[in-house]
Amino acid sequence: MAGVLGAAMVLAVAPLVVILWQVILNGGAAMSWEFLSSVESSPRDPGGYLHGIVGTLYMTGIAATLSIPIGILAATYLVEYGRSGRFANTVRFFTDVMTGVPSIFVGLAIYALLVVSGGAGLGFGTFVGAAALATIMLPIVVRSSEEMLNLVPADLRTASAGLGARRWQTTVKVVLPAAAPGLITGSMLAIARGAGETAPLVLTALGARQVVTAFQGTPQADIGLLMTDGFSQPFEPGIERAWAGGLTLIIVTLLLTITARFIAARRKV
Amino acid sequence: MQLATAAARLRRDRAPRQAASPSRPAPTTTGHVFEVEDVSVRYGDFTAVRDVSLTIPRNEITALIGPSGCGKSTILRTLNRMNDLVDDASVQGTVRYNGEDIYAPDVDPVEVRRRIGMVFQKPNPFPKSIYDNVAFGPRLNGERDLDGLVEEALVRAALWDEVRTKLRSPALELSGGQQQRLCIARALATRPDVILMDEPASALDPIATHKIEDLMRSLRETCTVVVVTHNMQQASRVSDWTAFFSVDVDDEQGMRTGELVELDRTDAIFTEASDPRTEAYVTGRMG
Amino acid sequence: MRTREPLGGHAPLRGSASTWSADPVFRALALACAASVLVVLAAMIVRTTVEAWPVFADQGLISFLTGDLWDPGQSRSEVTGTYGALPFLYGTLKSAAIGLMLALPLAIAVALFINEVAPRRLRGLLAYGVETLAMVPSVVYALVGLYFLRLEVWRPIGQAVADSPLGVLPMFSGPVTNSSYWAAGNVLAIMILPIMTAIIRETFAQTPREERMAAYAMGATPWEVMRRVILPRGVPGIVGGTMLGLGRALGETIAVAFLIGASQRMSSSIFFAGDSVTSLIYNTFQDARPEGVWALLAIGVTLFVITMIVNVIARLIIHQVGRTTGDASL
Repeated sequence: MAGVLGAAMVLAVAPLVVILWQVILNGGAAMSWEFLSSVESSPRDPGGYLHGIVGTLYMTGIAATLSIPIGILAATYLVEYGRSGRFANTVRFFTDVMTGVPSIFVGLAIYALLVVSGGAGLGFGTFVGAAALATIMLPIVVRSSEEMLNLVPADLRTASAGLGARRWQTTVKVVLPAAAPGLITGSMLAIARGAGETAPLVLTALGARQVVTAFQGTPQADIGLLMTDGFSQPFEPGIERAWAGGLTLIIVTLLLTITARFIAARRKV
Repeated sequence: MQLATAAARLRRDRAPRQAASPSRPAPTTTGHVFEVEDVSVRYGDFTAVRDVSLTIPRNEITALIGPSGCGKSTILRTLNRMNDLVDDASVQGTVRYNGEDIYAPDVDPVEVRRRIGMVFQKPNPFPKSIYDNVAFGPRLNGERDLDGLVEEALVRAALWDEVRTKLRSPALELSGGQQQRLCIARALATRPDVILMDEPASALDPIATHKIEDLMRSLRETCTVVVVTHNMQQASRVSDWTAFFSVDVDDEQGMRTGELVELDRTDAIFTEASDPRTEAYVTGRMG
Repeated sequence: MRTREPLGGHAPLRGSASTWSADPVFRALALACAASVLVVLAAMIVRTTVEAWPVFADQGLISFLTGDLWDPGQSRSEVTGTYGALPFLYGTLKSAAIGLMLALPLAIAVALFINEVAPRRLRGLLAYGVETLAMVPSVVYALVGLYFLRLEVWRPIGQAVADSPLGVLPMFSGPVTNSSYWAAGNVLAIMILPIMTAIIRETFAQTPREERMAAYAMGATPWEVMRRVILPRGVPGIVGGTMLGLGRALGETIAVAFLIGASQRMSSSIFFAGDSVTSLIYNTFQDARPEGVWALLAIGVTLFVITMIVNVIARLIIHQVGRTTGDASL
């Protein structure tokens, strides 16, 4: 019996091994300074993913700036003020539901809300792409932050109150700093998720062929979008760069997750 | 040694007392820090403690003793309005602190808690450095000269020598007894004139307990101490005054309500108590 | 009397206005942030439904859901095309079902392995290994699936099944294409394995100790304990985990878009190419005229409603078991 279960374990881990092997093998071969520093004009031509790297960082950065503070404050409300009240439970429930919303639907919704003239009419661009990513990241930040805040022992709050701190002072000066490592962990996992999302960006950032620094109004590039462009067309340079792009994304997400796990583990000691 | 020097320094630094102004009564100069009149505390429908009247004399140690459920901790927490933090708690009666009713409608409970220090049963230092723990209270008050205040508080809590070289290291790395003295230092940092202690040594080993008791005696010079303890020997060792609480069981509803039985000088309570219940408790026949 | 001057002096016990108003402001701010989750969700639902409404109204809900022709019009102002979502709903459900059927036994087995069989010290590492699968971006799954897995693993397996006696059944019959429901289902299985394993593991870990101990005391082997105590007790969690996995599988876009094949034939064989709702949106958005976009919104809303129902049921079941921790980002 243990053998069957063990075989299952191997089978479960095998895809991860295969993916890492393939990405490192092919991506490593195609990785170069040129890849990181130049722009490809089409999958046929030489070049690199600089515009995608810039775009991904730019959009993920804005998305993090939006979703992390709002998410942590929302979790603060749930833990410190709402507790088990009806409103708080409703928020919790729908936050959980929101983690399961298809990411392409988020893209459609942000498109309808922000891009078209029936909505805000902002057009495609960096900010609307970031808004889509932020919408995906927000419930993740809220959930994990709530968990972390709940782990802060109640007697710290009592001690703070006994010293004459007001509610908000206790939250800001005691509870949030005590939960900080966990909050950082949760935020990093959310960022890893945001950086890896591609589907909603098809409908909001659209993609670009050069480095875009505009905040909004001009379609923005993304590593994932460039990859899909590259590997869906039969041109070698584009395909090779797609592998390198995959390697880049894997490295970024793995770095974030490993660091997050490391911070979380250290805290337990 | 450190303590005597610090105490001397403090006596020198004592600021002149402020004069009364029309909007604010002068702090009372009577011998009582607290005057509790007919206080009852309810949690929802449950009456935890009923009709308590007592006074806490200044610069003395008063112990609140009694069996579990008698309301001694509850009464302690009414002295600094900590019961307000419990959702369905309600307090009736009057509690005067230095002559002012702290339950008056326009009194800010946070201000009350800034004047009165509290130490809890289980040491609860913040997961910060030793320095930041002690400096927490003064920082809330906007103080600047934190170094001096931190040292003074740690000296008074008999912890300075042990931590002076590692003020920035995490408070949670200290032993249980040290953590509790750190919590005392933290409470002392804002120079309260009262320290409330809720079973401060019950989670500690005998040696650490001994240090805490010495500490309580040394604090008496500059503070009033009110301590809740279930350890009668501790009460008789340390306190000047003792208040004995008991539980009144309502057979009909099965409700246990606490009440104050008697308050007297400690030696009187332990040798010739007036009430038979007190005598039964202190001689170990009850509780 | 020897009391020192308390910090802050003898300020009145009555608070000053500025410190008293900070608390309600902070609370209001935190409340607003909590409410923002509901606001955003509501805004998304309302806006998409409103934009998509003309298509539902024009086609009629039934024929929208059951029609098999998707022929977008080019209009900017009215609905002129024909929109039948069936082939895409069919493909979405079919590939998700394949994914579930592959992932579920594996998730249960892995959960049992990690919890019951693996040495304690390895437990964290193994769990972490499974969770890392969730951290791989779907575009990387698409890439590796497209260029390696479907050619070296999935297609050969499919071919072997189609050539075997099983191939007589319509479901397993050839021809076996490179991209198919089968390929998409396989990648979905890998992608939903982490969340299913996490929830099932959590459920198994909550099996009451007393019941386990009682079984062991009666001489049960570890396998019997698994079969008779852990698994039966774990059914709600398994169901909940399955539904969450289903929700995730229904919504996946990039990996499915590149592996399902973009055929609207609705073949009964799992080895043939098909199409899915998410692939349709992904593939046709860029060239869609306003009318086409409304139609995509309509089919997107349909998918959202389905996944929302699945997720709500899943969460309700899991809430019974107890809110799981740590699955937010899986």
